[in-house]
Amino acid sequence: MELNAKIPEGPLEQKWDRHRFDMRLVNPANKRKYQIIIVGTGLAGASAAASLGELGYNIKAFCYQDSARRAHSIAAQGGINAAKNYQNDGDTIFRLFYDTVKGGDYRAREANVYRLAQVSVDIIDQCVAQGVPFAREYGGLLGNRSFGGAQVSRTFYARGQTGQQLLLGAYSALAAQVAAGKVKVYPRTEMLDLIVVDGRARGIVTRDMVTGKLESHLADAVLLCTGGYGNVFYLSTNAKGCNVTATWRAHKRGAVFANPCFTQIHPTCIPVSGDYQSKLTLMSESLRNDGRIWVPKKPGDARHPNDIPESERDYYLERRYPSFGNLVPRDVASRAAKKACDEGYGVGESRYGVYLDFGASIQRLGEASIRERYGNLFHMYDKITGENPYRQPMRIYPAVHYTMGGLWVDYNLMSNLDGLFVLGEANFSDHGANRLGASALMQGLADGYFVIPYTIGDFLAKHPPSPVAADHPSVKDAERGVRERSEKLLAIDGKRTVDSFHRELGILVWDNCGMARNEAGLKDALKRIPELRDEFWKNVRVAGAAESLNQSLEKAGRVADFLEFGELMCRDALTRTESCGGHFREESQTEEGEAKRDDENFCFVSAWEFQGVGKEPALHKEPLEFEYVSLTQRSYK
Amino acid sequence: MKIKLNVWRQPSSEASGRFEPHTVENVSQHMSFLEMLDVLNEQLVLEGKDPVAFDHDCREGICGSCGFTINGIAHGPEAGTTVCQLHMRKFKDGDELWLEPWRAAAFPVLRDLIVDRTGFDSIVEAGGYISVRTGSAPDANSIPISKESSDSAFDAAACIGCGACVAACPNASAMLFTSAKASHLGLLPQGQPERWRRTQSMVEVMEEIGFGHCTNHRECEAVCPKEISVDFIARLNRDYIQASLGRGSK
Repeated sequence: MELNAKIPEGPLEQKWDRHRFDMRLVNPANKRKYQIIIVGTGLAGASAAASLGELGYNIKAFCYQDSARRAHSIAAQGGINAAKNYQNDGDTIFRLFYDTVKGGDYRAREANVYRLAQVSVDIIDQCVAQGVPFAREYGGLLGNRSFGGAQVSRTFYARGQTGQQLLLGAYSALAAQVAAGKVKVYPRTEMLDLIVVDGRARGIVTRDMVTGKLESHLADAVLLCTGGYGNVFYLSTNAKGCNVTATWRAHKRGAVFANPCFTQIHPTCIPVSGDYQSKLTLMSESLRNDGRIWVPKKPGDARHPNDIPESERDYYLERRYPSFGNLVPRDVASRAAKKACDEGYGVGESRYGVYLDFGASIQRLGEASIRERYGNLFHMYDKITGENPYRQPMRIYPAVHYTMGGLWVDYNLMSNLDGLFVLGEANFSDHGANRLGASALMQGLADGYFVIPYTIGDFLAKHPPSPVAADHPSVKDAERGVRERSEKLLAIDGKRTVDSFHRELGILVWDNCGMARNEAGLKDALKRIPELRDEFWKNVRVAGAAESLNQSLEKAGRVADFLEFGELMCRDALTRTESCGGHFREESQTEEGEAKRDDENFCFVSAWEFQGVGKEPALHKEPLEFEYVSLTQRSYK
Repeated sequence: MKIKLNVWRQPSSEASGRFEPHTVENVSQHMSFLEMLDVLNEQLVLEGKDPVAFDHDCREGICGSCGFTINGIAHGPEAGTTVCQLHMRKFKDGDELWLEPWRAAAFPVLRDLIVDRTGFDSIVEAGGYISVRTGSAPDANSIPISKESSDSAFDAAACIGCGACVAACPNASAMLFTSAKASHLGLLPQGQPERWRRTQSMVEVMEEIGFGHCTNHRECEAVCPKEISVDFIARLNRDYIQASLGRGSK
């Protein structure tokens, strides 16, 4: 298989403009003859559905939530980047591009990232026009902040709920198209398989999560905007329903999966408190702007943090990275916390936590300013832990947060399967091996508002409307597969719950394919995941019936897919013997214990082709070429 | 701790429901309320029974999926909190709790504690948007907006659409929700061109779906997890009267 990224010719800054001219257009009168399916209604899906509906295409939008407005983009706190340079602090499109390529540890495509930086400015305009209430200054203009270690203030934010406000903007645009009759939304509906006819994606099989009814939907193109796979770890900051099923089903139908080992572990989350824990809660990275991270100098020091004198505290990030200090990128901050805890310096009951201390900032700026900046986050922390962060330091620990890997796409966001487009976190393209803060919202909206409306036109112009028969063998085959799988899950009637398998898988991948990975651990995981999967199919107990609202069955289907996906993630991690971004291979580190990239051997995208469950997938490589950014070892010292 | 639960069980919209008693032992005070229900559901599955169905997703109080009443109070006893953020340290050993779905004609029960809230989407589809085509927006800083306007629009925009306001209202009115949506846009300059039409249309659809009227009980404000003020209802009423008198029509 040859993976052609279809990057346009010409200088970097002209590629997208030239490509927009070169792409074919669909006649306005013909747009209404096309049907497009969009799965997922987060920032990528909702913005795509709204924009494509406006253009005149007929859209069906699917989400598992009871309303399109609840997709997990809603939980993003911190902000969205854009190279507006409203602060006059030297930001440019090239600088945002450069920071993103470097932050991604040089494992993203230059052309895609440059386009992302270019359209970032349009996103802010669009959102403000929709009524998104970004933070403003007293003069009435938009406020910005520096975020996640950026040296310029390019992040736009809406209190601690930027994700909700952006999603409400996209959802309202979607609602307008529903009212106009161009979009039909199918809430509480889950995609369970992709229908491929003659090598081209032509539809999906869905399950109505209220009645259990299975249905096929056919179309001229299918867009997957279904988010990441972080819940393979069971505990993550993702919503409980987030899953890999849509992308995994597409993978099993031929779409190649790129860089699955690139997962982001966010440094500032509330630590695990017990076995019953169902999810982890992120505390916005913006807290690191005013909070100082430390552990006691003495291992196992059980004193109350306020009783530990200044001289007995180790502000390890400030010590190890004097120029960036507490603002080092996420992967670096997370690994440093893990190292401190592994060496016995951790705090809290579990000893897997470090302090994030606002004492100095409260003294310097006063409690009122800190309250204004972080009041809602402090309140949330207090609610969850019962501790008051104005009086004592927060305890934080890294948690799985975002997945950079995803289905492989070309410059047009199309996968290797014709007609299957993948947007937002579900694709792999823009963040390389590590995503910078406030860039996920930017990418989701860039893909949906400003990339897909053009690129899908080019595809459709070359593929005139041509309906597929509802009784086509590929449709019937996909429907049968979905039905049989549900029946099989319900018939096992074993002795373990779905959650118990999911938890075990989560611990397995967290221990062996989490913040640090090594050959022995990954090989062990590759042996144990198939064993766990076999046990699942023999011993899981799924309650209830197929034709009803059945949350056990929903979970079982998703966990079954995670049990296959987890193996691919570990295999990818095993193959990539370098360290880069969120992927830290213990065998590949510098003398000071920093990640060591291997550009000579690993400057490529790993794209995996499915060969069957339990069979070794085929690896295809897309070489990465850097013409505008020179590869250097990242240093935040 | 040990918690006694009486949970509303109803297999489907058509079936009738009843309270089912359960006891959950060894509840840790650090658990969230939903984690306590997870523990109960694990027990039920292993006993060969159907687990309790309840809506939930982000479990951090922002997606608005979760919600049921605990001893008659929407989202439970703690103010300004969704049920997913409620922790068991707010309860004590031996407490007996009654869990019920939102009760409103416009929110039919789908199963156990899950209700159908698509009525909220219909209200937004009736005009809860600013008509702006993708790509046609002016520069974001071309219209300065005072921090005060922007902040009050934000206070309204904080609504997570959970439906607690409807559940708490004796009239099952959706006025707090509708007014929050209309005020968010109506307080911003971008929202002015469609302000009057939007108000009228959203209120009319709200009534058509079967939500009741507001008679100033203010129960909605008391249970709103985002503490949205009933002042927005007053604002919506003012706009509605003006719109009905023909403002904005010519």
